[in-house]
Amino acid sequence: MYLFLEQLLNGIQFGVFLFLIAAGLTLIFGIMGVINLAHGSLFMIGAYAAAVATEWTGSFALGIVIALVVSGIVGMAIEFVIIRRLYDRDHLDQVLATFGLILFANELMTILFGRTPLFLNVPDALNGSVEIFPGVQYPLYRLAIIAMGVLVALILFLIITRTRAGMLIRAGSTNRDMVAVLGVDIALMFTLLFGLGAVFAGFAGAMAGPLISVEVGMGEQQLILAFVVVVIGGIGSVRGALVGALLVGVVDTLGRAFLPDLLKLFMDPASADGIGAGLSSMSIYIVMAAVLIVKPNGLFPVSVARH
Amino acid sequence: MVNKRNLVFVTAAVLAAILVPQVLTMLGEEYLIGTASRIAIYGLAAMSLNLILGYGGMVSFGHAAYFGVGAYVVGILSFHVFDGSSIMGFQGTDAAVLSWLLAIVISALVAFVLGALSLRTSGVYFIMITLAFAQMLYFLFVSMERYGGDDGVIMYNGRNSLPMVDLSDDTSFYYVCLTFLLAFLLLFVLLVRSRFGKVLQACRQNETRMRALGCNVRRYKLAAFVIAGAVAGLAGALNANHAEYVSPDYLHWTKSGDLMIMVILGGIGTIIGPVIGAAAFLLLEDFLPLLFDATGFPTFKEHWRIVFGPLLILVVLFARGGLVGTFSAMRGDHER
Repeated sequence: MYLFLEQLLNGIQFGVFLFLIAAGLTLIFGIMGVINLAHGSLFMIGAYAAAVATEWTGSFALGIVIALVVSGIVGMAIEFVIIRRLYDRDHLDQVLATFGLILFANELMTILFGRTPLFLNVPDALNGSVEIFPGVQYPLYRLAIIAMGVLVALILFLIITRTRAGMLIRAGSTNRDMVAVLGVDIALMFTLLFGLGAVFAGFAGAMAGPLISVEVGMGEQQLILAFVVVVIGGIGSVRGALVGALLVGVVDTLGRAFLPDLLKLFMDPASADGIGAGLSSMSIYIVMAAVLIVKPNGLFPVSVARH
Repeated sequence: MVNKRNLVFVTAAVLAAILVPQVLTMLGEEYLIGTASRIAIYGLAAMSLNLILGYGGMVSFGHAAYFGVGAYVVGILSFHVFDGSSIMGFQGTDAAVLSWLLAIVISALVAFVLGALSLRTSGVYFIMITLAFAQMLYFLFVSMERYGGDDGVIMYNGRNSLPMVDLSDDTSFYYVCLTFLLAFLLLFVLLVRSRFGKVLQACRQNETRMRALGCNVRRYKLAAFVIAGAVAGLAGALNANHAEYVSPDYLHWTKSGDLMIMVILGGIGTIIGPVIGAAAFLLLEDFLPLLFDATGFPTFKEHWRIVFGPLLILVVLFARGGLVGTFSAMRGDHER
């Protein structure tokens, strides 16, 4: 039972990461109509920036702040130079151009930092664990990530529903041309929105640094999972991204932790381990397929205006 | 469309392809025959992707999955011959005819299941879902410890056996690959011009209208998806034989990206484009590092992708027709 609780929290914490990546992805697609494969690269850049900046300044908090700034600037630069030219192109062109961006970003990071992973330590203030329930110890850092994720989700929700910028974002996702005609600088809004998505991805990368090794290609694994999240939640829906991310995070973590043991109740241990490993690595895709069969447009479908 | 100029061009190209091993042997560069085989194999795979991508308008980002499944069928059957064990009650096999046929059938089946699911959606969903399903199969093969997991299967028995042809000889193997490539090129020409091909292209151009005309759009798309999967499976089976080795890398998502790049580089929606694209891609991959080394940029030798990435972006932004399109434009053709 305690083990289950611990794994459940791990799943939620993983879901928070996925939400941070998927939120940017889904907003960018929902509003600009661009599928951005390089979003995973921003996650990687955030992680590298945090690792390097923490090394230099000796402060993890400062490292995070620098990572946010760097990923935001890189994101806006990418939008300004390349993504901007892709708004009116079909998805195939967007996929290929951003795939080219990934090749470039990964190779650049390899040249700058080599192939050995960088390591980032959990900051002292967040090191150690707390007793969340009598007898259950849980790492403080992972709890902090969950709290941060909830905070970010809340801020994003407030921005979108309560501010003028959020109103423009919502309006832009329904009818981009109408918003432009009403005198809003759409180009600037897109650049800023892209930067915001990049900051989220970079933040996720920076927070992930102490948990997974910081290496080239770390973003793409997360990116594909974020795609699954977005497909489950419904493209363009931030709420869908949140629900999808938690679902994927929990299913994946619990599947890996318990599926082999569960199968041992029915079959001999050797084949249970084999099949369990295979099945748990496929579990989230099976969930995705199931969602697709029931609701082809995701759990929270958003009617995206045809651009 | 088959005018005299095209006929001369096609005959010349086929003759040149047939003479490749002789020319390379004459130049003393026999090792490049392997590269020629890979060009034929990847040309076949890219061509199959182009059927759904270029003609069907379905942006599948998971085509490497079928390539990999075909390869694993060959690899697993060969593994069981070497191992002497049976798979689900059946013996393994080294016979090319049987295992390649099985590779085609099984990858077609996988394409049918995943295609039926993916085609419930369209647009950007379709891209993400095909990518996700391909990744699912990737992790499935990684988790199969019996077949090497991450490391994959080495075919210790060497290439499959074909009656009367020695596949272990690189030149013979090249001719087998070339035969398949030419046969499928011809088949695809016929397919694209058939009623089926016309309907498929019409679905790309205006799906709503085709539906209004009473056409079962999804059925046509699924049929194209399955054909593409089957041909990719054959290409995978050939590649497993070429390398005598199969690993989850065959299904890695970057492989799907590579196949897409080949299609775009050569010219999307053209018959020969993907093959030219495959040749250009594989030659760039082999020679770009050497070129950087020779021209005094040794840093880029290992990191040629830092040039290739931006090159790809430029092609996408400014040279939409790919090599075939650029060439046609230079000749003054106005086809497509």
